[in-house]
Amino acid sequence: MFNYIVSQLVNGVTLGGMYALIALGYTLVYGILLMINFAHSEMFMSGGYIGLGVLNLLSNKAVQAAVVARLPFLAFLQSARTFFTGSTIGMILMLLIVFGISAVLTGCLGMLTERFAYRPLRNAPRLCPLISALGISIFLQNAALLWIDNSIPFPSLLPTRDFGFGITPIRIFIIVTSLILLFVLDRFVSTTRIGKAMRATSQDQDAAGLMGIDINSVIALTFFIGPALGAVAGIFSGMYYGVVTYNMGFFPGIKSFTAAVLGGIGNLRGAMLGGFMLGIIEALASGFISSGYKDVIAFVILIIVLIFRPGGLLGESVVEKV
Amino acid sequence: MAALTTDTPDVKSDAPQETVTADTAPMLQVTDLHTSYGKIHAIKGISFQVNRGEIVTLIGANGAGKSTTLRTLSGLIAPQSGSILFNGSDIAGLKPHVITAKKIIQVPEGRRIFPKMTVRENLDMGAFLRRDADGIKQDMEWVLELFPRLAERINQKGGTLSGGEQQMLAMARGLMARPELLMLDEPSMGLAPVIVEVIFETIAKLQEKGITILLVEQNANLALGIADRGYVLETGDIKLTGTGKELLANEDVRKSYLGED
Repeated sequence: MFNYIVSQLVNGVTLGGMYALIALGYTLVYGILLMINFAHSEMFMSGGYIGLGVLNLLSNKAVQAAVVARLPFLAFLQSARTFFTGSTIGMILMLLIVFGISAVLTGCLGMLTERFAYRPLRNAPRLCPLISALGISIFLQNAALLWIDNSIPFPSLLPTRDFGFGITPIRIFIIVTSLILLFVLDRFVSTTRIGKAMRATSQDQDAAGLMGIDINSVIALTFFIGPALGAVAGIFSGMYYGVVTYNMGFFPGIKSFTAAVLGGIGNLRGAMLGGFMLGIIEALASGFISSGYKDVIAFVILIIVLIFRPGGLLGESVVEKV
Repeated sequence: MAALTTDTPDVKSDAPQETVTADTAPMLQVTDLHTSYGKIHAIKGISFQVNRGEIVTLIGANGAGKSTTLRTLSGLIAPQSGSILFNGSDIAGLKPHVITAKKIIQVPEGRRIFPKMTVRENLDMGAFLRRDADGIKQDMEWVLELFPRLAERINQKGGTLSGGEQQMLAMARGLMARPELLMLDEPSMGLAPVIVEVIFETIAKLQEKGITILLVEQNANLALGIADRGYVLETGDIKLTGTGKELLANEDVRKSYLGED
């Protein structure tokens, strides 16, 4: 019994790490533009796809052969393959490259969507950017569907061992990496000059401009960081479930949005807390009641929290005097 | 509009001379400025100037266009036409952060401090574009001397301060940027008379320190009392101008803005 509870908790924290990473994207954008970025779940998906693409380029013999046939200058990848797949150092390096490229490219995709789909609507009624976001979401899903099959296996990469209590290398990897990223982001926003500029912009855009902060750069940066973190979660998801699909963002997207609301949307630590809480609640609910009811229970808890704390768990309510 | 386009080359060719005679030329020269909110034509071709070291005030009733003028000067709203020369270069239509970098600092209407940041963080944000750590530290000490109440509340969140303290914080934050031209938008609004007195005493001190001030006020009596010169705005247009004393003595001003019949 004890074993079972612990292993469910480990599973919950793993899911929670992914939810927290995605939830940050929702909360960062909401904090600054008061807009729910419905395309964020597709950033997660794009991250998974790009990650898999880079991974295949580095380690998959058949993919390399096909690519090199068209782009001969990439032939060096074939010789690097044994290094990446054959040694531990190569493996670690390959993971870094996969995560790095995917995060950067997905971050750029996020900035592009902001530049062309949201910025022109900055002064439009609030519904307009929401609809634009839905459009981007549908566009990206269909682009993924057109481009490759609707679901592609993702190699597991890490050894499949169980250290007991359901602790596996992949779970350790996901939990540790997400905690590191969350910590780094938290420090970045609260202590660095640019982080402070982001906070100021989210509290009062005009006043931030009067301080000499370039608002458009801050917003662009926000749309880079959110999707980059989402991309990391997308690769985690691919590694964890062994597959990426064009609509893989849908459920994690809704769950993570819920997590952001649970913690207090607009609040970074709230999104982290909400993500882990939701993951753990879900894992325990599916372990002890029924996996069919896990979403019901997670959302009932959300409703209860919002009844008593409408601003979310960490939603600040600083009284603003006029 | 035609006149405007022919004016522009002249202004450009004058520019080198302006820099040579920077001390005598006005610091801020606004010429035929028009600003609109959508279809509402809020500023209808106003021209005025602020000389180095002066306190100049724009007074007028609600909706006369005072705040709109300041918001146009600080770049929060783009002007429709007209020129705004600051130290000889045209800043009309630039983004707020670019204008702030030129040391034109606006203390906005309604304070607009950062409510979830501490007093210290708010002051740090004022110095956002500065890199001189020592100078920032000195200025921090100076503004805290200027407003001792802020020193007492240095680690408190901005949103928990009283209205008067927030106004002090907004001014102190503006000063942290080391302004050449400080633009104050309704600093007395909604404050107790005791606090208003403190604010206006401080404005006088700032002038002694060499900071040029453009003051927008509804409280004409106070504003004209402290100002070297003033302009009276009415429905987007300048109706009257003169020294503070002249305007205070002017019959129309006394009737319309000082509540005398």
